[in-house]
Amino acid sequence: MKIILNNKEEVFDAPQFTVNELLQAKKFTFKMLVIKVNGQLIKKSDYSSALINDGDDVMVLHLISGG
Amino acid sequence: MTFEEVKHILKTKTVGIAGCGGLGSNCAVALARVGIGRLVVADFDLVEEGNLNRQFYFYDQIGMLKVSALKQNLFRINPDVRVNTFDIRLCQSDIIEIFSKCDVIVEAFDKPEMKYMILDAVHNYMPEKFLVMGVGMAGWGGNNLIHSRQSDKLIICGDEKNAISEKCPPLAPRVGIVANMQANAVMEILLGTNEHQIHTEHQ
Repeated sequence: MKIILNNKEEVFDAPQFTVNELLQAKKFTFKMLVIKVNGQLIKKSDYSSALINDGDDVMVLHLISGG
Repeated sequence: MTFEEVKHILKTKTVGIAGCGGLGSNCAVALARVGIGRLVVADFDLVEEGNLNRQFYFYDQIGMLKVSALKQNLFRINPDVRVNTFDIRLCQSDIIEIFSKCDVIVEAFDKPEMKYMILDAVHNYMPEKFLVMGVGMAGWGGNNLIHSRQSDKLIICGDEKNAISEKCPPLAPRVGIVANMQANAVMEILLGTNEHQIHTEHQ
């Protein structure tokens, strides 16, 4: 599948991912993560069930200190 | 648009600013200068000497509540700006209550947990509102790393990389850049030229 990840096109062999599978594939291991799929905020408790499909627009945001 | 036309629109608008540290104080100052109508500012902290390397306060304001000192400074820049101050440590229900009448919300917290809290609150309880966040501004240099990006009504400004640490302190130049980027994004939204607004209009 082909998705937009943080404004860049990325291609994966798998036809579908859960959010957790995407995080593993990309080796995103940050603590304070925000995931949005097609503009919808995904709850942490849904990371193992929420699906990412071909054509989806995914935002992965790592919240860090400073303000 | 002339500056008179810009001011004519901005004076009818209200912006909420969550946190009055480096991002919040500098963003508020920029918005006051361009003639925003009302600012709703919240912070529980006092001005400390260590804040003066980046936050818009003065030496003689050390010990004051940040929201009171900020209101004073904004008044000295533009007495027409109305400023509502909230001297509290914001929780999710406060955020929903205090900022519900704002046209745009600026996230200017220090801690990632607080950043998450406001993002969650806005997405779940005020999804119609734009939220402008600051993520990553510690250290110096690296101008090219600082950027902004958007997902629907969420706008992120910063380098998304440099967290605060002992060897990577937050300092005036980078903090000021990000705070002013946030103010710039707010202006774009309030003047109706944000990409999300243009995109929705054409649908």
